[in-house]
Amino acid sequence: MTRKRRRLYLVFAGMALLGAAAALVLSALRDNLVFFYSPTEILDREIEPDRRLRLGGLVVEGSLKRNPGGGSVAFRVTDLSHEVPVTFRGLLPDLFREGQGVVAEGVLDRNGMFRAADVLAKHDENYMPPEVAEALKKSGQWKGQVPEYVGPKKSTSAPKKGPEENKNGESGP
Amino acid sequence: MYRFANPKRFLRIAAVVLPWSAALTVAFLGLGLYLALLASPADYQQGESVRIMYVHVPAAWMALFVYSCLAAASAVALIWKHPVADLAAKASAPIGACFTFIALATGSIWGKPMWGVWWVWDARLTSVLILFFFYMGHMALTSAFEDASRGERAAAILALVGFINIPVIKWSVDWWNTLHQPASMIRMDGPAIHASMLAPLLIMAAAFTAYYVTVLILRLRGEILARKIGALRMTRIQDRQEERGPHMKEV
Repeated sequence: MTRKRRRLYLVFAGMALLGAAAALVLSALRDNLVFFYSPTEILDREIEPDRRLRLGGLVVEGSLKRNPGGGSVAFRVTDLSHEVPVTFRGLLPDLFREGQGVVAEGVLDRNGMFRAADVLAKHDENYMPPEVAEALKKSGQWKGQVPEYVGPKKSTSAPKKGPEENKNGESGP
Repeated sequence: MYRFANPKRFLRIAAVVLPWSAALTVAFLGLGLYLALLASPADYQQGESVRIMYVHVPAAWMALFVYSCLAAASAVALIWKHPVADLAAKASAPIGACFTFIALATGSIWGKPMWGVWWVWDARLTSVLILFFFYMGHMALTSAFEDASRGERAAAILALVGFINIPVIKWSVDWWNTLHQPASMIRMDGPAIHASMLAPLLIMAAAFTAYYVTVLILRLRGEILARKIGALRMTRIQDRQEERGPHMKEV
């Protein structure tokens, strides 16, 4: 019985030590373990230009501008306290939308403009059928990340129409 | 745990549980796949790609759950030396590795159209990949020794070390900025999944759990029988050696 006791304590002590060690290592590596920085973090710390990093946040409503002919896009990324302007040349992922989460990888130039080499869409944790999303928006109970969502879609047809409608809605305001 | 420690009693209980868990697996999997792939609505943003989630999320849950079972069995084996615990850990590892692989693969397939990339080195994805390596390491270490009990002991210690990774995986999306979305199910203000999508998800999770129980029993039964055959062989060899005389014992 004493032997089992001893082994029990040994295992628990070992696990506790390991857990403490892991916690220390992980908290020490905190800065390297984050996948992206928020606009506030980027503006707060002095980041040398041409250092490659990732910027994450929400695409500001109405900030998306497509440069005709040039094939590049410009938008602003916010964490609801600060904003960083972003330019990007290339194909945007399907889920890229104003008011949605996004992670851009690139460099911050001297003028504070983030030149993205790659743009990833960040999906949130909400899952619902389109009709429910529609109903929530109509009743003003939309508790997604964007409180004032403008330009609700009239028809819930194919989801592919999303970006085009965004484009049309953009010319209005 | 005490009840299952005796292999004979375990085999008796397993014989009762097995047909039920097998039937539940088939029933839940059939119903779950029908609901997930055909009867449930598309997502307002992801469209039809949301259906990958019904396999991905339960597989990821099982990856964590099976590892927790494996670690618990390893602790029991190390502390109390129950004969079935070692075998349960050994039998669980490949099942858990499969679930982890399914979670990684389906996540990758979902990530390409949704995020725009197959893979990123964010905290969640990386920690799950490490979990997969722990499963692989456990399987390799178990069979790396001539003496099976030494391999099981080493693998049990490895399993406990790897258990540190489990809370890291679970809370990686809260502790660090990740590309992977935060938890949808266990959160302060209830699940962020609409009921029409929650039902197939939970049924699929039940199906995967029943599948794990079924396969674990089958594998464990095989391990126990293999062990028995091994023991029988050993005694037969010893008997033969004694018949031939003491001089042969050296061989």
